[in-house]
Amino acid sequence: MSTAPATRARTAPGTDEVAVRKALSSTPRPTQASAVSAALTFGWRGMLKVKHVPEQLLDVTITPVMFVLMFTYLFGGAIAGSTGDYLDYILPGVLAMSVLFTTVYSGIAVNIDLTKGVVDRFRSLPIWRPAPLVGALLGDSVRYLVAGTVIIVLGMILGYRPDAGVGGVIAALALVVLFAFGLSWIFTTMGLLMRSPNAVMNAGFMSIFPLTFLSNVFVDPDTVPSALEAFVDVNPVSILVTATRGLMEGNVDGSDIAIVLGTAAALTAIFAPLTVRLYRYRG
Amino acid sequence: MTSPSALAIEATGLVKDFGTTRAVDGVDLAVRSGSVYGVLGPNGAGKTTTIKMLATLLPPDGGEARVLGHDIVTEGDAVRSAMSLTGQLASVDEDLTGRENLVLLGRLLGLGRAQAKERAVELLEAFGLGEAAGRLVKNYSGGMRRRLDIAASIVVTPQVMFLDEPTTGLDPRSRNQVWDIIRALAAEGTTILLCTQYLDEADQLAEGIAVIDSGKVIAEGTPAQLKASVGSGALHLRLLDPDQRPEAERLMSAQLGVAHQEADPAALTAPCADADRAAEVLADLARSGIKIANFSLGQPSLDEVFLALTGHPAEEEPTDESTEEDRAA
Repeated sequence: MSTAPATRARTAPGTDEVAVRKALSSTPRPTQASAVSAALTFGWRGMLKVKHVPEQLLDVTITPVMFVLMFTYLFGGAIAGSTGDYLDYILPGVLAMSVLFTTVYSGIAVNIDLTKGVVDRFRSLPIWRPAPLVGALLGDSVRYLVAGTVIIVLGMILGYRPDAGVGGVIAALALVVLFAFGLSWIFTTMGLLMRSPNAVMNAGFMSIFPLTFLSNVFVDPDTVPSALEAFVDVNPVSILVTATRGLMEGNVDGSDIAIVLGTAAALTAIFAPLTVRLYRYRG
Repeated sequence: MTSPSALAIEATGLVKDFGTTRAVDGVDLAVRSGSVYGVLGPNGAGKTTTIKMLATLLPPDGGEARVLGHDIVTEGDAVRSAMSLTGQLASVDEDLTGRENLVLLGRLLGLGRAQAKERAVELLEAFGLGEAAGRLVKNYSGGMRRRLDIAASIVVTPQVMFLDEPTTGLDPRSRNQVWDIIRALAAEGTTILLCTQYLDEADQLAEGIAVIDSGKVIAEGTPAQLKASVGSGALHLRLLDPDQRPEAERLMSAQLGVAHQEADPAALTAPCADADRAAEVLADLARSGIKIANFSLGQPSLDEVFLALTGHPAEEEPTDESTEEDRAA
């Protein structure tokens, strides 16, 4: 007997030791991935998850549809006299609201990720530190875009006609998604601080509900008590909604856009470093 | 004998606290470049925490360590560029396919799109995962997951590899596959730090072993030295009559120096290096009229190593490392 069969017998079937050794010797170390490339790769990871479980897009499509239908046909006649007039009033607001609601899911996703071993691998890679989080939010931005598009298409079906045309709609959608990107850093921070996805969901919706409802999404703030009106007027969601309406109707006030983008930038500046710091050692 | 530059991993006095619990309590390690080094200990001994500190996932609370000469605190990027980690939980994304996992890592490590795909296919074939390449990892068996995990660690060949309990929970066949892969990695010159609960595993793969207990290194040496210090084997006895155990224990320790009662009221065990001594124990027992139900002479288990080194069994600590970290979180 030669020694070859003995060696073969020791090697369990399934792996090929020669191939493993060849695979090891055949790679020169590439130059480190750029920050942008790493973040985009994590965005791609988010897209792959949607590809494998497309049902997860249901929450970002069904909820907005429900909002539009419910508010338009339930309250529209009572508030604005006709459902058509009310649709014109609320559609940009509901667009903003639906997208902001989906930002909570970004926090839940980070929390779930943290319970998995794969986070340890990401942390041990020689990559730009914020890449996993920035990438995840870039991937989520695609979900925000889906949520927004669903609202606009539904609005058009129901008879909404934006005065500013396609350009105005795209600008409005872009503004909402940018603001959502900034806001979602708050929820990723929550996602890293809290112990379970449920806790993140509860805390997330407990903060997003008052923020979106106590705004000018559904009613003109002139009709609410003055103390509340004071809050509604400074609520960044109100300013976002005003800017979104302006963009879609073609009469936007530049200072509103500036405030919205400034708020998004400020949220990112505060919560992004916090999130990245927490992500590094958490769990 | 070894100059500092020949050490791939060197740690001095590493300390990590989780709240009031000291998980790692002054660990020193010196791992020669190109060797496989085993860190042996029970759950909660501080193995995972030590690996996480060395892999820059946790900041140490005391002491210092260098990986390939780079300080783990101040030169984290350089450390991460040279090493890869296979964590205790499978460090792969369960919601992606095996191929997607490897392409993802290839891209993150700087490979181009085509290169990353090519590399993924090459690794999947080498690790016997070619057919499962397009399946979601959550549908993989434990052994397949581990192999993918290790494949993910060598998408770009690391100089230092941290392997945290790579075979825990695997069936013997899968375990052998993982061992073969580790041997192949070692043969190619990768320095491997292997954490394990199994003496057998460290013995099979490692050229040096540190035994760790309650966050401290309590013994260090080659597998041969370690086993010699423990006794290369153990004699296990089971008596027919449990009432005769005290007498049997006395006779056994007279021959072998020490004997331990096991949980089974009729069982005794003692470290025993050579078969002749074991035969004498059996003869003594027969002369005293103590009947034996069965006996065996085997490799010392981790339990016995611990018993010999610490005088206490390798019981699991009340909290394992993950809950300690949860508490700190």
